[in-house]
Amino acid sequence: MTPSSTLETLRTDKRIVIAATVIIGIALAVLPFIIGSGLGNSWLRILNFALLYIMLALGLNIVVGFAGLLDLGYIAFYAVGAYLYALLASPHFGLHLPVWVIIPAGAALAGIFGALLGAPTLRLRGDYLAIVTLGFGEIVRIFLNNLNAPVNITNGPQGISGIDPIHLGGFTLAKPISLLGFTLPSLHAYYYLFLALALFIVFVTIRLENSRIGRAWVAIREDEIAAKSCGINTRNIKLLAFTMGASFGGVAGGLFAGFQGFVSPESFNLMESVMVLCMVVLGGMGNIPGVILGGILLTILPEIFRHGSGPVQLAIFGKILLDPEALRMLLFGLALIVVMLYRPAGLWPSTTRRREFRGDSTNDELKAGE
Amino acid sequence: MSSTLLEARAIDKHFGGVTALRDVSLTIRQGEIYGLIGPNGAGKTSFFNVLTGLYHPDGGELIFAGEKLQASAPHKVARLGIARTFQNIRLFGNMTAMENVMVGRHVRTHAGVFGAVLHDRRTTREEAAIRRRAEELLNYVNIADRADDLARHLSYGDQRRLEIARALATDPKLLALDEPAAGMNGTETASLRELIEGIRKDGITVLLIEHDVKLVMGLCDRVAVLDYGEKICEDVPSLVQKDPKVIEAYLGGSIA
Amino acid sequence: MDIFIQQIINGLVLGSIYALVALGYTMVYGIMGLINFAHGEVVMIGAMVALTVIKLLANSGLPVFVIILLALAAAAVVCMAVGFSIERIAYRPLRNAPKLAPLITAIGVSIVLQNLAMLIWGRNYHAFPPILPTSAHDVFGATITTLQVAIVLIAALMMAGLIVLIHRTRLGRAMRATSENPSIAQLMGVNINQIISITFIIGSALAAVAGLMVSANYSIAHYYMGFMLGLKAFTAAVLGGIGNIAGAVLGGILLGLIESLGAGYIGDLTGGFLGSHYQDIFAFFVLICVLIFRPSGLVGEKVSERA
Repeated sequence: MTPSSTLETLRTDKRIVIAATVIIGIALAVLPFIIGSGLGNSWLRILNFALLYIMLALGLNIVVGFAGLLDLGYIAFYAVGAYLYALLASPHFGLHLPVWVIIPAGAALAGIFGALLGAPTLRLRGDYLAIVTLGFGEIVRIFLNNLNAPVNITNGPQGISGIDPIHLGGFTLAKPISLLGFTLPSLHAYYYLFLALALFIVFVTIRLENSRIGRAWVAIREDEIAAKSCGINTRNIKLLAFTMGASFGGVAGGLFAGFQGFVSPESFNLMESVMVLCMVVLGGMGNIPGVILGGILLTILPEIFRHGSGPVQLAIFGKILLDPEALRMLLFGLALIVVMLYRPAGLWPSTTRRREFRGDSTNDELKAGE
Repeated sequence: MSSTLLEARAIDKHFGGVTALRDVSLTIRQGEIYGLIGPNGAGKTSFFNVLTGLYHPDGGELIFAGEKLQASAPHKVARLGIARTFQNIRLFGNMTAMENVMVGRHVRTHAGVFGAVLHDRRTTREEAAIRRRAEELLNYVNIADRADDLARHLSYGDQRRLEIARALATDPKLLALDEPAAGMNGTETASLRELIEGIRKDGITVLLIEHDVKLVMGLCDRVAVLDYGEKICEDVPSLVQKDPKVIEAYLGGSIA
Repeated sequence: MDIFIQQIINGLVLGSIYALVALGYTMVYGIMGLINFAHGEVVMIGAMVALTVIKLLANSGLPVFVIILLALAAAAVVCMAVGFSIERIAYRPLRNAPKLAPLITAIGVSIVLQNLAMLIWGRNYHAFPPILPTSAHDVFGATITTLQVAIVLIAALMMAGLIVLIHRTRLGRAMRATSENPSIAQLMGVNINQIISITFIIGSALAAVAGLMVSANYSIAHYYMGFMLGLKAFTAAVLGGIGNIAGAVLGGILLGLIESLGAGYIGDLTGGFLGSHYQDIFAFFVLICVLIFRPSGLVGEKVSERA
């Protein structure tokens, strides 16, 4: 290929990239209006939750997908961000700090919690790490549940309600925003805010992935001893993974509290950690688009089952035979099993991972036998 | 005479009741190729692991380039300038050959989270330098054409070469190779030999553990022999070959 | 003093149940290196089936002993079938897949079993019919019921049986060989698939017994009961050193003791700051401490990383 034709392909490539970016951008911009008018506000709320889960999944992906550290208590960091927001912006303590203070503070505090969890567990590997992180998540939840006596900090199992909605520059996102004769409904405003932060987190993750730090994470996942011998301070780099991952969770948690207006320990149980982990693994561990896909699917799928399981039964049997809630989770569990059986590397594995699956099977067996 | 690069003083290492190394002292000079041989289980790899900080020695100390090596801190050892390869190759299997070598640059570069996210001038320049150096090294070990392949998909010989390139990426003063010729055929061994000689010519001291006695004797300036965790001989190859203790260790080993 | 002894007794009873469940986790982990996340749900299924049979036969006039035995048999058969199917459907196809894939299918199976139970038995708590003897005995000022004595004895008997099976029989030897090195065991003529199936079946039978014990001890069963129980039992297995049979027993009993003593004394220890609802924290807190100081569990082998 001559240099000029190479340049030509590059230029068209770039044009394709720009075109794709513009199309995706427009699609993301009009999405809430399509969903809002087509499916109604409940689906718009679900869309917003999908964005929160994408942030969580991307945070956990740093720990599990990049650094290879299995974390089953990740939701604790979401809880830290959410409760910090709830305590600093609600009638509970009478504090009403602005959002631009609370969200960064939530990210920082969650990051500190991440380091606190990481520090003692650095020597642990695989399943031991999984169970300790699981225990950590439960401890946080149990404390949230019980820190209402003797001093009432978290208001116990009742949770904290009446949380301030997110305010931005004099506007509250809880009410429709009128600007220049154009009215933006509350759910739409939240959507754009969440979208902006989710995109920011995607950006940060991509930059990290292709950096000295990102390579060090993957090196640790692949072979910790070799990583050490290459001069990587595995302790610090792992702590960094825990801290970064946790801070994403803290951001998402703060947004959740402001959006929902109410937090209680029930929102942060082990099942939620498991859910986020499923998003990461089912989507395609370590691969950013895969993880985003996992976040969207696992938020929407249970909702489709929820909305579908009642009416479909009515249509077929003429009455509701089976508890729709149980049926929905049953289908969800089956979907998890089926997807993993047919795509064990996830729905959208990174190209490297996919190559691994086409690759020599002998190495896989060796890996499995270790 | 050239100066001392590494001095091991009376290294001891036990595993439970088993003695892996007993009172091992040796001196490696700047710029030489130093061979470490001995029958299976003589403690060669244990010595490597103590040297590179993976094992904590039970006694003795290591002085490298005038500094005392801190035990159990492999990353600090790498920073001081000791790089190694492993007997059973340890690459980052799901990273490309290129990325493997780039990881080797970690210890000589500085970009942190903020640099990675903000892409400031210093970081982009550093990243470009990392990539350039990695390309050079892949060229140097003759596997540039495999740069974008996953490390696990490389042939055995190429994996060995990649591991050496990754080690060289840390800018070592001492390169420790653990049985680099294991499993190689004659041609591959010959080109490996050229590679090692080239590395020495570039001013890097080489410590070589090897089973292939012919390779060791032809390549090394000096050789130490370990047997049952003790050093029984240290000299130039021609004299080591004639040492009765060495002959006995090898023959005795093969009879038992 | 009698509170102390009472808590010890309660802890032993609870611990015996944990130990039985922990054995299921540890056996599977020992052989396949896999956390069978769904094991807690097998215990729940066992409890539900046993309870259903007992309710059906409670007024049949059969002797209590026979009713319990029939319930146990039914629970064991169902659990064994469930355990066998879980492995065949969700784990076997993924034996060479990336490590987290079977964890996700295990979670999927767990969700399916839980909601299946909810569809079959509903959302309500099921009370255990009052057919068991309620006589209590006095031990150093504390009381222990006949049921509690029976739980501890039966659990001990089953654990002893399992240890004999593993160390004294051909099957046990094949199991140990498989856990040591599956490919070599296969070369030596061990049918690995069969051994793994049998491991799941044995673990599930123990789970059925444990399920009946839990529901009898607390006089209640619920579709959600398997979750926390499974979590605790897994904690116990890790505490003892996962993969190690004796470790699971030790870990289970220790965890039971720690929990009941912790719940009994946490108020005094913290000057009333923390109450007994922090009981669950103890399990995890102790686990984290143990793992930090002895990462391979209490009786796990110290696996030093070989370079």
